[in-house]
Amino acid sequence: MGMLVSLRDWVDARFPLTKMWEEHLSKYYAPKNFNFWYFFGSLALLVLVIQIITGIFLTMNYKPDANEAFASVEYIMRDVEWGWLIRYMHSTGASAFFIVVYMHMFRGMLYGSYKGPRELIWLFGMMIYLALMAEAFFGYLLPWGQMSYWGAQVIVSLFGAIPGIGDSLSLWIRGDYVISDVTLNRFFALHVIAVPLVLVALVVMHILALHEVGSNNPDGVEIKKNKDENGIPKDGIPFHPYYTVKDIVGVVVFLMFFAFVVFFIPEGGGYFLEPPNFEPANALKTPEYIAPVWYFTPYYAMLRAITFDIGPLSSKFLGVIVMGAAVVILFFLPWLDRSPVKSIRYRGPIFKIMLALFVISFFVLGWLGTQAPTDVKTMLAQIGTAVYFAFFLLMPFYTKLDPTKPVPERVTMGSH
Amino acid sequence: MKKQLLALLLLAVPALALASGGSVDLKKANIDPENKESLQRGARTFVNYCMGCHSAQYQRYNRLARDIGLSEDEVIGNLMFTDSKIGDHMTIAMTSADAKNWFGAAPPDLTLVARVRGVDWLYTYLHSFYRDASRPFGVNNKIFPNVGMPNVLWRLQGVQEPVYKTVMDEDGHEHKVLESIELKQAGLQSPAEFDRTVRDLVNFLAYMGEPIKQQRMALGVKVLLFLLVFFVVAYLLKKEYWKDVH
Repeated sequence: MGMLVSLRDWVDARFPLTKMWEEHLSKYYAPKNFNFWYFFGSLALLVLVIQIITGIFLTMNYKPDANEAFASVEYIMRDVEWGWLIRYMHSTGASAFFIVVYMHMFRGMLYGSYKGPRELIWLFGMMIYLALMAEAFFGYLLPWGQMSYWGAQVIVSLFGAIPGIGDSLSLWIRGDYVISDVTLNRFFALHVIAVPLVLVALVVMHILALHEVGSNNPDGVEIKKNKDENGIPKDGIPFHPYYTVKDIVGVVVFLMFFAFVVFFIPEGGGYFLEPPNFEPANALKTPEYIAPVWYFTPYYAMLRAITFDIGPLSSKFLGVIVMGAAVVILFFLPWLDRSPVKSIRYRGPIFKIMLALFVISFFVLGWLGTQAPTDVKTMLAQIGTAVYFAFFLLMPFYTKLDPTKPVPERVTMGSH
Repeated sequence: MKKQLLALLLLAVPALALASGGSVDLKKANIDPENKESLQRGARTFVNYCMGCHSAQYQRYNRLARDIGLSEDEVIGNLMFTDSKIGDHMTIAMTSADAKNWFGAAPPDLTLVARVRGVDWLYTYLHSFYRDASRPFGVNNKIFPNVGMPNVLWRLQGVQEPVYKTVMDEDGHEHKVLESIELKQAGLQSPAEFDRTVRDLVNFLAYMGEPIKQQRMALGVKVLLFLLVFFVVAYLLKKEYWKDVH
């Protein structure tokens, strides 16, 4: 034991090991009233680790070559020891990542976690979300199935709608006139090196910013305003061991859902692995209906909802603008919300109704994005798009109008 | 409010499950992946009737032997008609360039066809050929109109004839529409025997689509049981630590 202590002291004299342990775990005081929604941050980190580790093992046998990519995935599924498990964990992990991140973002909206002084945490988080979308998009091309190929073709061609530079831009992204071996190689490079590096760096910044300010909580009360004689927040408890043991419970429950999908329904009902993607990419055969993977479908529905030209601007270009704006507008959330309270618990009915409408529109748009368009469905998508944007654009007004309830001095404890 | 929002999220789950429904009136294949004899019969039908034109280029013969309960010698003697080695993939001699010249389109590889089409589609498809003199191979298919392949199983099945009905469109023109198909000339197998042949073949195709499937699910049960035990331990640990938090 004495040896270990002196080793620790030796390291501490040269590297802030104990200091970091204390700052981020054993003396990081988190509010004691975290509820269900607070599991998803640590779960997102878990999924990131799953993706990186399974990804490393997949690269050992995957071949980023248009002639070999599809066969190499089947080689992993059939001939590599435990290859099928690694592959299914990675493909399920992609969808799990989005589910967890969407829940995590929704938590922020419920309890106003994006509001001052946590605006930067939200911005880093949104950048993580953007990087995640890029990562998922590049990764989806790699199995080189029909949906990989045509999905990438459709998304890259969207850049072609930008007036003036559009065509040369999409040519530059593809490196060819169609999606080809060149595109596959660069998407592979971006998927395994470039974006993961950015993603990990952003996650570090997200957590550092969080630990600087301290966590919000379901009451939206700043626990640092009430400290005891030692300077420790009265409503705070050390992250380790309290939240480490609590998060382990969350991890196990998450892994049950995750394992259920991996072992029993790895195709996720055709949503996690789309059936046409078991057919190798064929540049001469367009699938009947090209649907993006489920996590992009709300935005895809908004893209298709714009069916009319305005002046010289084509409907396709306007659709791309709307789709981009739908993501970008999330960045502005901290400044759109003018409510004096953070948590939904102390907000008035208008915010609650608007948030409910927002969630409904996101689900409806997500469903519409998986469907072939019809007149009725397009109209529904237009209504959904309008509701989605109304939630944000009207926010400065309704959050000010909305009556609020008095926020307590200290956090309230439910059962835990 | 929180509970209502959660309920909303949960309500959307079945909608997602339903949204992936397949196309119209497919018959249920009702395959039994555990039935090794069915898989063996399906493998025999596959190599005898399908592999003339279709490859299974990701499936190895020795894996097949192991998974469907045959010895390697049995596979060499009964299922391998080329000079392939037992560890080889189930490829065919016809090149896709030749195939394109001869048939207009290369017959697709069938290793993963069950994952692309689904077993019910395959089962219905193999039952739905009917005589149509206007087509190059003399047959058409009810669920795959203008199909580019002959009914390779016709000797077993017999000949099915189309039954048309006449419908009037909005402009008052009459059209002949395929209403049903009927077996007119018996084949070597009775309808019940042929149905079993098709079911076995589809069972085999489903196996080839994902050879690990049965082991995957068996392992899944163990993993979930482990996680259940782990959950109890983790939950009790959490409760113990949180005793003093009020």
